Amino acid sequence: MAIRERMSGNEAMAVAMKQINPDVVAAFPITPSTEVPQYFSQFVADGVVDTEFVAVESEHSAMSACVGAQAAGGRAMTATSANGLALMWEVLYIAACSRLPIVLACVNRTLSGPLNIHNDHSDSMGARDSGWIQLYAENNQEAYDNLLMANRIGEHPDVMLPVMVCQDGFITSHKIENIELLEDDKVKAFVGEYNPKYKLLDKNNPISVGPLDLQAHCFEHKRQQAQAMMNAKKVILEVSEEFYKLTGRKYGLFEEYKTDDADVVAVILNSTAGTAKYVVDQYRAQGKKVGLIKPRVFRPFPVDEIAAALSRFKAVAVMDKADSFNAAGGPLFTEITSAMFAKGVFGPKVINYIYGLGGRDVKCSDIEVVYDKLLDIACTGKVDSVYNYLGVRE
Amino acid sequence: MGKVVEIRWHGRGGQGAKTASLLLADAAFNTGKYIQGFPEYGPERMGAPITAYNRISDEKLTIHSNIYEPNYVVVVDDTLLASVDVTAGLKEDGAIIINTTKSPEDVRPLLKGYKGKVCTIDARTISIETLGKYFPNTPMLGAVVKVSQVMEEKEFLHDMVESFKHKFAKKPEVVEGNIKALERSMQEVKGL
Repeated sequence: MAIRERMSGNEAMAVAMKQINPDVVAAFPITPSTEVPQYFSQFVADGVVDTEFVAVESEHSAMSACVGAQAAGGRAMTATSANGLALMWEVLYIAACSRLPIVLACVNRTLSGPLNIHNDHSDSMGARDSGWIQLYAENNQEAYDNLLMANRIGEHPDVMLPVMVCQDGFITSHKIENIELLEDDKVKAFVGEYNPKYKLLDKNNPISVGPLDLQAHCFEHKRQQAQAMMNAKKVILEVSEEFYKLTGRKYGLFEEYKTDDADVVAVILNSTAGTAKYVVDQYRAQGKKVGLIKPRVFRPFPVDEIAAALSRFKAVAVMDKADSFNAAGGPLFTEITSAMFAKGVFGPKVINYIYGLGGRDVKCSDIEVVYDKLLDIACTGKVDSVYNYLGVRE
Repeated sequence: MGKVVEIRWHGRGGQGAKTASLLLADAAFNTGKYIQGFPEYGPERMGAPITAYNRISDEKLTIHSNIYEPNYVVVVDDTLLASVDVTAGLKEDGAIIINTTKSPEDVRPLLKGYKGKVCTIDARTISIETLGKYFPNTPMLGAVVKVSQVMEEKEFLHDMVESFKHKFAKKPEVVEGNIKALERSMQEVKGL
């Protein structure tokens, strides 16, 4: 029986970490993720986990300590946001190329500047090419569930990559909502033991981690790393299927909401997808054929699946809570249009909205603007503007 | 959104409006509801105006925006009436509940023509008499449950005993006072 509870997204992530009971957590506080290591350090102090908690002096050190712990053969986790993630930057790449399946709880916050503590996706989107698997979560439940699956995905022998689980800072991290928790023993059995093939603390099989790697082999290692990311897609689906059998909660590469006979869809990450579900229900009640696609897995990017899914619609709006400053569309938009082009999907008209930067609240009326525009495009076949900003004064 | 009750709290930093919204979420959760409780984080200073929100529903909630057209507004500090547009978007078939020593008739002129129900509660007196200190959030919680009828009163009081026992596990002596504060505010709220 699932445990009916209520808690914030941050507490949900901390509880998942408690149930995973990693060997090492190294973290430095930063709003809005601070509560994750704060709750977790209480679990350490109370003796309910066996974890070594390393109170480091910066996020660069947090990720470095995780690299050391994971290379030694342990399970290491951390949590951060915004500039904390930015300060980890160079070590993110080292963790990925060293094939260390560290798990990071990323509570999305605007990357400075301007200085702002509220939510958008500029922090994790900036890290999209660092070689980490990225999972996104609509609410506290998905943040918890994704975190419980993260170790299994990252530690699979065909993958061996670090995993970042993202949720929206404040919007879900600090909102108390209902949640269903798993029992500790079920999580323990699901997550299992971590027994890497290679580890520093194996004196019978000594290895080096992170040595100089020049023209002779570096490219081959990068190619293997790329292959691991390709392999991750299948593993994510397998682990999600097993999780479904355990919990009844189904996860794929992305969620489709009321898309079966939809003419138009919006593609939205994280909490705003929840708001859009409400708007979709309202529009459906008026007979308007609108739907939603919510990507869960951004790295690896589900190129084939998302291109195939979107080929059915007349018009698509891709919503980005981060700007690329390329003057031509946000990161999700460029990934999706690239996927559609590469797969020969030219039917749907695709537009982009940059929205919610710096924590600008996203209201139902904002989402209605998007669906109204899409329905207009579906009707006329005409797109007057591909690259748009939503809910901004200009 | 017929089945969803939306509540907006106005208070000042340090008065416990955020805590009150979380307590209400807790109480509604305990009676089997789907709940959201969340503050709007701004500059965190003692005494600065703050806003917190609740959604309470029999069905799963997916909206993640702030609340713009609440069914109920709770004002924890009546000095806010002069500086904050507390009735903005408030539904006319809803109500506003204000912590003040004044009567509903006396505060209505301060509410920019709001035509709905106006309720008042002297949370300061109740708090000082039952808790010995000024903690307005417990009496305000009782008043909002009484006015909104968002949950059954007896069930609410029963659950709150357990809730307070849990919350004040290290200070059991304050449980009785908090329950008294709830009961008194439910009896004394004016303008029903």
